[in-house]
Amino acid sequence: MNSVIPAPIARQPWSMLLPLIVLVCFGAMVLFSAAGGHWQPFATSHLIRFAVFLLMASVMTLFPRDLVRFVSYPVYALLLVLLVAVEAIGAVGGGSQRWLDLGVIQLQPSELMKPAIVLVLARFYSGLPSGMITSWRALVPAAVLIAMPVGLVLLQPDLGTALSIMFGGVVVMFLAGLPMRWFISGGVAALVIAPIAYFFGLHDYQQRRVTTFLNPESDPLGAGYHITQSKIAIGSGGLFGKGFNEGSQSHLNYLPEPHTDFVFATMAEEWGLLGGLMVILIYGLIMRWGLSVARKSHDRFAKLLASGMVATMFFYVAINLMMVMGLAPVVGIPLPFMSHGGSSMMTNMICIGTLMMVNRWNSRAPRSRLS
Amino acid sequence: MLGRRSLFRKAPPVQVTSATLENTYDRRSFVIAGFGAGVGVLLASRMSYIAIAENEKYATEAESNRVNLSLIPPRRGWIVDRNGAPLASNRADFRVDVIPERMTRPEEELGVIRDVLGLDSAAMADLRERIDRTRGFRPVEIANGLSYEQFAALSVRLPNLPGVVPQRGYSRYYPTGPAVGHLLGYVGAASAEEYEEERNPLLITPGYKIGKDGLEKQFEQRLRGVPGARRVEVTATGRIVRDLETREDVQGKPVMLTIDGPLQDYAARRIGLESGSVVVMDCRTGDVLCMASMPSFDPNSFSDGIGRVEYAMLRDDERVPLRNKVLKGLYPPGSTVKPMVSMALLREGVDPEETVYCGGGLRVGNRVFHCWQRRGHGQVNMAKGIYQSCDVYFYHLAQRIGMDPIAAMARRCGMGQEFDLPVLSQFYGTVPDPAWKLEKYGTKWQAYDTVNATIGQGYMLANPLQLAVMAARLASGHHVEPHLLLGESEGEFPPADFADEHVALVRKAMSDVVNGPGTAGRARLPLEDVLMAGKTGTAQVVSLSRSDGRSGPWKYRDHGLFIFFAPYDNPRYAGAVVIEHGGGSGAAYPIARDVTTFLFDPQKGMEALHALEAQWGGTAQERLAARYADYASRAGEAAPPVPRREEDIFARVDAEARAAAMIPVTAATDAAVNRSDAPE
Repeated sequence: MNSVIPAPIARQPWSMLLPLIVLVCFGAMVLFSAAGGHWQPFATSHLIRFAVFLLMASVMTLFPRDLVRFVSYPVYALLLVLLVAVEAIGAVGGGSQRWLDLGVIQLQPSELMKPAIVLVLARFYSGLPSGMITSWRALVPAAVLIAMPVGLVLLQPDLGTALSIMFGGVVVMFLAGLPMRWFISGGVAALVIAPIAYFFGLHDYQQRRVTTFLNPESDPLGAGYHITQSKIAIGSGGLFGKGFNEGSQSHLNYLPEPHTDFVFATMAEEWGLLGGLMVILIYGLIMRWGLSVARKSHDRFAKLLASGMVATMFFYVAINLMMVMGLAPVVGIPLPFMSHGGSSMMTNMICIGTLMMVNRWNSRAPRSRLS
Repeated sequence: MLGRRSLFRKAPPVQVTSATLENTYDRRSFVIAGFGAGVGVLLASRMSYIAIAENEKYATEAESNRVNLSLIPPRRGWIVDRNGAPLASNRADFRVDVIPERMTRPEEELGVIRDVLGLDSAAMADLRERIDRTRGFRPVEIANGLSYEQFAALSVRLPNLPGVVPQRGYSRYYPTGPAVGHLLGYVGAASAEEYEEERNPLLITPGYKIGKDGLEKQFEQRLRGVPGARRVEVTATGRIVRDLETREDVQGKPVMLTIDGPLQDYAARRIGLESGSVVVMDCRTGDVLCMASMPSFDPNSFSDGIGRVEYAMLRDDERVPLRNKVLKGLYPPGSTVKPMVSMALLREGVDPEETVYCGGGLRVGNRVFHCWQRRGHGQVNMAKGIYQSCDVYFYHLAQRIGMDPIAAMARRCGMGQEFDLPVLSQFYGTVPDPAWKLEKYGTKWQAYDTVNATIGQGYMLANPLQLAVMAARLASGHHVEPHLLLGESEGEFPPADFADEHVALVRKAMSDVVNGPGTAGRARLPLEDVLMAGKTGTAQVVSLSRSDGRSGPWKYRDHGLFIFFAPYDNPRYAGAVVIEHGGGSGAAYPIARDVTTFLFDPQKGMEALHALEAQWGGTAQERLAARYADYASRAGEAAPPVPRREEDIFARVDAEARAAAMIPVTAATDAAVNRSDAPE
């Protein structure tokens, strides 16, 4: 190795960290603009949160594999209890809520459930004998593990998070090698159930979001307003954007939530298509790194864990970008590393920390090690 | 090796090992990566499409979001009198509009507005109706002329009043109020129909008013001016961030009238409690100096819409305050036509010294037509026929020359004529002759028709302006045409084809009406050096069997008329006064006297007026305000709503006016007796 750079620093996965830091700093600039050209209240806390959670991720990196394997079920169980607690408090206090006030921080158990479902399923499948992967015993426990948190989160109601948890879980199941025909029949079943769920399962406001997504111009001042204004922001940015701090859509409040869910539109208005492509490219780089980490691992648990984390982050990015570009309904999913908000930053940094942890396991353990 | 492997693959995977699982993982993770990359490409291309292909569309939409172009209503051109004094000007004021579509909690907001502005229940009912009637984002005016305190009180509450727009602007101001109501009309927000007709965005700009009646409507385009524009950057909630660009408005061009503002005001006030009109013209130039019609409405109070109380009060008034009586009041001219008939007689070669014996009546056919003076006038020559207004003299001689020369002379004097004036409409009345009657009623002209016509009864109808023109033409001997716009007249009118000695004779006789042994001695001017000449007239409205003309129900009383000019020896001013149902000419000529006095000596004129106004209870404007307050306290919200279109209000009045004007035709032709001039 290069002797100039100290070994602990050189050891870090810079191919991921560098793009990530660039992205977070870029996000801070966008938030600076979204606050009307001020560091407060978004940009500073964004950077501080990133620093704190990066530290947390570095600490996570040190966890040994066996410890992580050991705590996966307890962690899952604890989060499940917290979800029930949230539900209970909401019922007592009247009106739904998604977080627990712990005094110091507001904990949103459903957010933590996203990486936790990946962890517990990776643990489950790594412990399952290879021969049983085609039997019902590979499917039913996993399905129950997914269904419980999804059901609780849907009760909150939070469709976006529920879908996210389900997506993470299903990707792990898919990669675990469950028979293909189950996924195909599951997909067909989903196609059948979706319309039924739409009419009987969704709340009014959720239904409206879906219908306006299909035709946002039908109600330009109502529910379609978000999508329309977001598209106006992105489209008016053009190739190079209107320039830093020059976005009229965000500055004049036409864009709803310019610092959270629609931060990409805020960015695209000022930085144009080039800024947008750069952001997409950076996400691509981070994901590719994550998948390569997973591929390099020969440990089934680590493989599934790492790829599940990538899937969780991917779901955030894909759904958020599709939403702001008018390709998906408005479901309230923030954009990782750019949106202002502690919960999503924490979840995504847990994913990153987990990947760094697996990366470290890879460098420590010989490739030949099998579980 | 290859063969064995493919064989193995074809067999169902009975045994799943960790190696095959790893294999599956590799394949499937490749699929996942491919899927992710595909989504990435999809997003990138979607974004490129929005940002490049649809860039222009969205850039425009962002700009139209950001920039709000609002028109600044142009200040309306002034309407000024012949001396440049404003009859209609603009007054800077505070106004509040509401855009109903933008109100989130209309009832609550209207409640706040009511409390802050102190609106009563009738005003609220009007406001609700206007709000119901508006379409889309068109603003509705709540009130104008707010005090600064009210304006400030509303402004601080704005965050809780979405859709309420307080503004600084200009409102139309008519200093003399009701005195110019009929002449100038009023302004108001454009109606939906007016906007359909002229799709000008200015018409729906908050605070913009268009002329709704009278000269305001007639000169709309000239008075309008060019709107200014203000480009502002606004937030999504409509808050203005900054001004981008402002273009000042260009005020509309002024319209200068021949009207003498103070005289107009004086005449309107002098009419007092009566219902009638006063027209004064300059008989050298044809300039109309005064066209007062009372009772009237106050155009100042119409500019924020006609309220229901106001409308009900004006509608219920049998004196029809919404009708311009100068142009749309048609009256039998009564004896005021006698000087004109005398001109016809002279022209036909009647010797003015020829006398007719008046014994109080004349048999025509099988009916006796009485003179107003039942005792008779004895021997009457032409001059006495005029100043004593002897009917028998004219009954007798008119039959000799027939109706046609009289009708021709009437037309030569302006009766039945529609003048070239910038007014919306004028009723021009009737000059009957045999051909007209045959065509209209299919019956032959009878001797008694001529007899009726020579004393200005029967079918004959004229408006006060025509009577004033007649006075001007008789006085000057020229074919005077009335004008309303200053500078339009060249001042030199062609001679009216009257012989000079005929004019002199008629002038002298008309002077004797006032200054000699005539019927209107009380009309003599209280001035040393100016003598006014005139002719009285009393027009009967219904037959004697219904009313004696002087008492009883107001609407059955006789009209009082007076035409005049002054100074008599060198006529400068001519005019006409018509008092509806005044009970005889005695109601009309004192007004003519005071108005003429005011022309020559304003001080003296004002003294007379002040004395009278002390009796009547204030100026016309004050009395109107008092009447409104009284009516509002009695009727309040119970008053029926205003017709949907403002035009309907006036259209109705026009129709009523025409119907009312037709009554005397039938009622008075049957009358064997008329009371042309009541004795003093």
